Amino acid sequence: MTDNLISRRTLLQGTAAAGALAATGPLGGLNAQAPLTVGILYVGPRDDFGYSQAHAVGAAELKKVPGVKVVEEENVPETIAVQRSMESMINLDGAKLIIATSFGYFDPHMLAMAAKYPKVEFRHAVGLWDKDKHPQNAGSYFGYLDQAHYVNGIAAGLVTKSKKIGFVAAKPIPSVLRNINAVLLGARKNAPDATVQVVFTGDWSVPVREAEATNALIGSGCDIVTCHVDSPKVVIETAERRGVMTLGHNASQASLAPKGFITGAEYKWSTIYKGFADNLAKNQKLPNWVRGGYDLDFVQNTAYGAAATDGARRAADAAIAEIKKGAPIFAGTIKDNKGNVVIPATLDNYAPPLEGMNYLVEGVVGSTT
Amino acid sequence: MSAELLTVLFAMIGGAIRVSTPFLFVSLGECLTEKAGRINLGLEGTLVLGAMVAYMTSYETGSPWAGVAAAAAAGFLLGGLHGALCSLPKVNDVAVGIALMTFGTGVAFFFGKPYIQPAAPRLPGIPLADWTGSPALADALKVNPLFFVGIVLAFAMAWAFRNTRVGLVVRTTGDSAPAARAMGISVDGVRLLATAAGGALAGIGGSFLSLYYPGSWNEALSSGQGLMAVALVIFARWDPVRCFVAALLFGAAGAIGPALQSINITQGYYFFNAAPYILTLLIMVSSGRVRHAQHGMPGELSVSK
Repeated sequence: MTDNLISRRTLLQGTAAAGALAATGPLGGLNAQAPLTVGILYVGPRDDFGYSQAHAVGAAELKKVPGVKVVEEENVPETIAVQRSMESMINLDGAKLIIATSFGYFDPHMLAMAAKYPKVEFRHAVGLWDKDKHPQNAGSYFGYLDQAHYVNGIAAGLVTKSKKIGFVAAKPIPSVLRNINAVLLGARKNAPDATVQVVFTGDWSVPVREAEATNALIGSGCDIVTCHVDSPKVVIETAERRGVMTLGHNASQASLAPKGFITGAEYKWSTIYKGFADNLAKNQKLPNWVRGGYDLDFVQNTAYGAAATDGARRAADAAIAEIKKGAPIFAGTIKDNKGNVVIPATLDNYAPPLEGMNYLVEGVVGSTT
Repeated sequence: MSAELLTVLFAMIGGAIRVSTPFLFVSLGECLTEKAGRINLGLEGTLVLGAMVAYMTSYETGSPWAGVAAAAAAGFLLGGLHGALCSLPKVNDVAVGIALMTFGTGVAFFFGKPYIQPAAPRLPGIPLADWTGSPALADALKVNPLFFVGIVLAFAMAWAFRNTRVGLVVRTTGDSAPAARAMGISVDGVRLLATAAGGALAGIGGSFLSLYYPGSWNEALSSGQGLMAVALVIFARWDPVRCFVAALLFGAAGAIGPALQSINITQGYYFFNAAPYILTLLIMVSSGRVRHAQHGMPGELSVSK
């Protein structure tokens, strides 16, 4: 029943769009009067203090742009529900740009929709888009959060007393390992004997196990705890209750830890989203591949909390300035924690090999298997 | 090395005490319901709803104990709904339970949206080992009063099933509906009350999750603990005291994974994280081989008929 309805609608729209195309050329129908509608899908709740919230903050900034209308849907599981949400955004709300924020939305869901609606642009957070294999109205964007995690590490190295930093991580995938390694390299700048202790929980959102992991890390002597899980709320709150300092991840968790918060690594999706909206408003082709860090204002560090000392603040500010100028994080020869050389010579912060990271560097205590 | 072993030991004791309480309450609630002859698989939904209602009430009123009471009331209502629906002719309790599981979680997610961000007042913990001067031990033995309530309840329930008229009525209803009717007991009435009371206990279990450990409301909070607790009743063989022991075992098993990783035993953490499930399998296999495995199982349960 629903399928019939949508295909009839698709047909009608297709005819209308064809007419408009004949009249105005590519991207017909988009003009200054009609609002530009952007649809955004989140995997979790918009206010989870984590990944989805970071995107929602970006979307909220996008809403402030005149002439842009944003339709959002949260808690969209990585199933066929993705396609239903996208179709409803396109057909009922008239979305011209669909932003899919979760890893599993891409294949097959976003790809199927991109093929079905060639007039609509689709962009996916995390890099899977391949220009030879995938539709040209699709693409990917991402921010290099490891740069902000490195700054976290710089600050942490100057405030830790036990020289042990705890890291609650979801899964040993490249983007997570890169953040863990960046924290260690940052901390060792000022505390050469610092270590990062990792506990993998095995999933993106398992609050009880995250709390257990935090307690276990504190029990083994860590005096700073940070994490890479979907919603850092439980980790930060548990650490704060036990009087341990914290570093944030994804969005701002400063309000959760009034005593122990140092700083946090945050995405700044608004920069990317406003860029997309600007391209569409000017009838320009959207870039298919968007990557950046501090250089393009895609990431930021949370305003310093009570636990950040003056020295830590100065060092972190200096580190941010250097990264903006291109100072490398993965500098010199780097070994993994099993003694193998994994990076023979300095890599630029945007070097592609970093996206395939599958090791923990020397000084990180933990195992990827 | 021994210091590290001690760390793991403390983590497991602490984990057993911290993580077991929701398991304990849900399994006691399910035990009561099943003793009366019905299975309520909806307790996962009740647990999530209880967690949300408790957090909401605690935030709005400023009193976490009011939150616990509200969670119990919400659980009572949801359990009562299950009991009432199953009193209708030809209604399958397992199917109703699954429907109510989805219903409970859905309602909790819907009304819980605005409460993901704010921080509600939490239940207090009783510091039992601060005098030892060992921070690890002090932390492991910071115990929530609900834990003790659960222990007392487990023993009280076991005693009541054996020694009181109410216990006898519940057991008779669960073992043989015709016998209960012959005694002049309203079978549906007893089951309605038992399911509602069981729901109230599960609701309290939920309040522990959101108000004490991990101590905040979000949608992934339960991650299936309500379902595991239902399974736990089966290998506790419908004995409330065994439910308590099983809940402790589950809590300790859940703490192994993170604790071992924190002392550098990092190989195979997926295996250690799966410890509670492996434990379930082992216990099921070993208890399944006992000749009297079905001992204690109420005769009226739809799975035993």
